[in-house]
Amino acid sequence: MTTEKSSTKYMVAKLLLLAVVMLAFTYAMVPIYKAACDAGWIDATRDNSANPYANVNANVDTSNTQVDKSRWITVEFVANTNAKMPWNFAAQQSSIRIHPGEMTNVVYDVVNTTDRETEGVAVPSYGPALAVEYFKKVECFCFTKQKLGPHESRGMPVVFVVTPDLPKDVNTITLSYTFFEVKS
Amino acid sequence: MEAVHEHGHDHHPSGLMRWVTTTNHKDIGTLYLWFSLIMFFFAGSLALGIRAELFQPGLQFLQPHTFNQLTTMHGLIMVFGAIMPAFVGFANWQVPLMIGAPDMALPRMNNWSFWLLPVAAILLIVSFFVPGGAAAGGWTMYPPLFIQGGISGDMTILAVHILGISSIMGSINIITTIMNMRAPGMTYMKMPLFVWTWFITAYLLVAVMPVLAGAVTMLLTDRHFDTHFFNAAGGGDPVMFQHIFWFFGHPEVYIMILPAFGIVSTIIPTFARKPLFGYASMVYATASIAILSFIVWAHHMYSVGMPTAAQLFFMYATMLIAVPTGVKVFNWLATMWQGAMTFETPMLFAVGFVALFTIGGFTGVVLAIVPVDIQLQDTYYVVAHFHYVLVSGSLFALFAGAYYWLPKWTGHMYNEAMGKWHFWLSVIGFNITFFPQHFLGLAGMPRRIPDYALQFADFNMISSVGGFIFGTTQLLFLIVVIKCIRGGASAGNKPWEGADTLEWTIPSPAPYHTFATPPVVK
Repeated sequence: MTTEKSSTKYMVAKLLLLAVVMLAFTYAMVPIYKAACDAGWIDATRDNSANPYANVNANVDTSNTQVDKSRWITVEFVANTNAKMPWNFAAQQSSIRIHPGEMTNVVYDVVNTTDRETEGVAVPSYGPALAVEYFKKVECFCFTKQKLGPHESRGMPVVFVVTPDLPKDVNTITLSYTFFEVKS
Repeated sequence: MEAVHEHGHDHHPSGLMRWVTTTNHKDIGTLYLWFSLIMFFFAGSLALGIRAELFQPGLQFLQPHTFNQLTTMHGLIMVFGAIMPAFVGFANWQVPLMIGAPDMALPRMNNWSFWLLPVAAILLIVSFFVPGGAAAGGWTMYPPLFIQGGISGDMTILAVHILGISSIMGSINIITTIMNMRAPGMTYMKMPLFVWTWFITAYLLVAVMPVLAGAVTMLLTDRHFDTHFFNAAGGGDPVMFQHIFWFFGHPEVYIMILPAFGIVSTIIPTFARKPLFGYASMVYATASIAILSFIVWAHHMYSVGMPTAAQLFFMYATMLIAVPTGVKVFNWLATMWQGAMTFETPMLFAVGFVALFTIGGFTGVVLAIVPVDIQLQDTYYVVAHFHYVLVSGSLFALFAGAYYWLPKWTGHMYNEAMGKWHFWLSVIGFNITFFPQHFLGLAGMPRRIPDYALQFADFNMISSVGGFIFGTTQLLFLIVVIKCIRGGASAGNKPWEGADTLEWTIPSPAPYHTFATPPVVK
């Protein structure tokens, strides 16, 4: 009987050890999860621009199977303000080369140069004008009132896709915004 | 009882203290089974509250917050208070009897692992009456909602801790019993399949209950001790909880179904009067299902935003589980094929299990498909799916096992006519309740809502009617059990002609002490 007793104790000890190891593993999952996210294995929602560890392959889900990799188009960004508008307004980059179908994110900077709160509305225009049909903006600051406090500055994103059915003879699209002051 | 002389040297206390201090595997098995039956009726009545509210669109009986408490506690108590303890009760009664052991390996720990359960149950039930009511964020306890809840959140966490400790102790006991106390000649590959499935289930429990304990401990420290495991503002990630929870949760699903496979694999050969077809493949299939259960967890959370490669991995791994499960279903069919079958109540429930569990299995394969699942996530299609595997799966197997072994436990035959009524009303009520929920889910009705759009009204009304049929039918089971304990035709050692496991070699009711001298298995 002593052998059975001791082998019972041995079994219980081994199984308790398994339980403790699994509890430790649960806490180990915290760094493992972080590493897996950083490596892009299980988190496709991460903003990779803020993540120095992520490689380009990490952001799999935002890639798009309908990107037309066979051609490039240039999108130029122009920023104007109406003569009476006391804001400085400029795109962070003057142009970008993309494939049609590619989701693209650019930022315009705007600064209120006055000592008073000002409201403005931006109106877009396109060159060539026919491009408007193929230029899909997912996010844009245009047409909505923007309010800036005295000397406040802000980065305003534009997220867009140029659809792949863009006519072949269009190689360059110019997106131009003009800010107007509105009195509230 | 004349045939078996009570052992003169037994001095166990009588009355209540007998049950509080007992270390006898049969007493503890009985305690587990009564506890789970009481919890089943309690959690079932919560479900009837849900179905009453959903009978018509609009809010009739329950405020949304109360409704959410009902769905949450129905799930928690059914999983941890009814289905799991019921299977442990079967293990306590049957594992020693089926391997020819005199008792469990660790009888005192066995007593403790049972008596923890009522403590946890009281915590859960009392939490309905504390300020803010019971936990209401769903049985999965997802943060951030769960972290923001009231004191009932802490009570739920503590209850889950206690239930987890109880499960781990019970499982250690079962594994040790099976490894060390088999009768001479009972090799592993001669063990009855119920013992095999519980052996594997017990390993799953020891492996994953600590994971759940760790996850809820993280919730607790996030709530009160300024950690930020799941708080994005503190550098944590609420999605990580889902990964940890389902790393526990998917093995948990198989913890609730593998012993059911074992019961069904015991009953079908008995009533088909043929040996189980493909015994070895049943064992390997059970082990494969258990191992695969560790690599499929993220199919519960396809819509959280995983890379395509990860979604594909979890999709294929999930579909792979259909293979060993299919092996089992075909083995059961092959066992019945050309058998001399009779359909007493245990067999009816076992056949009902095979038919309806398979429907639940098929909807599981449908839900494994990523693009389909993203559409169906958190709809009534999912509710229908897991009730087909948990009610017509686990619960039907429990009923089958109860009818099968009640004669051995009580010494009396149960009332066969009432048993058949119980089966048919259950099967009809169950399908009226849950089959229309497939349609509701496909049409887009979300789960866990107290009110719904008008186009869902008809199917919900049908479902509620079925729910009340199914719910009240279960009272019939209670009556059958009580009648069977009080009296009835004598069962004899072996009431089932085709049964061949060791428990049928001892008298009925099973004497308080059995196999003091181990039987020899040829």
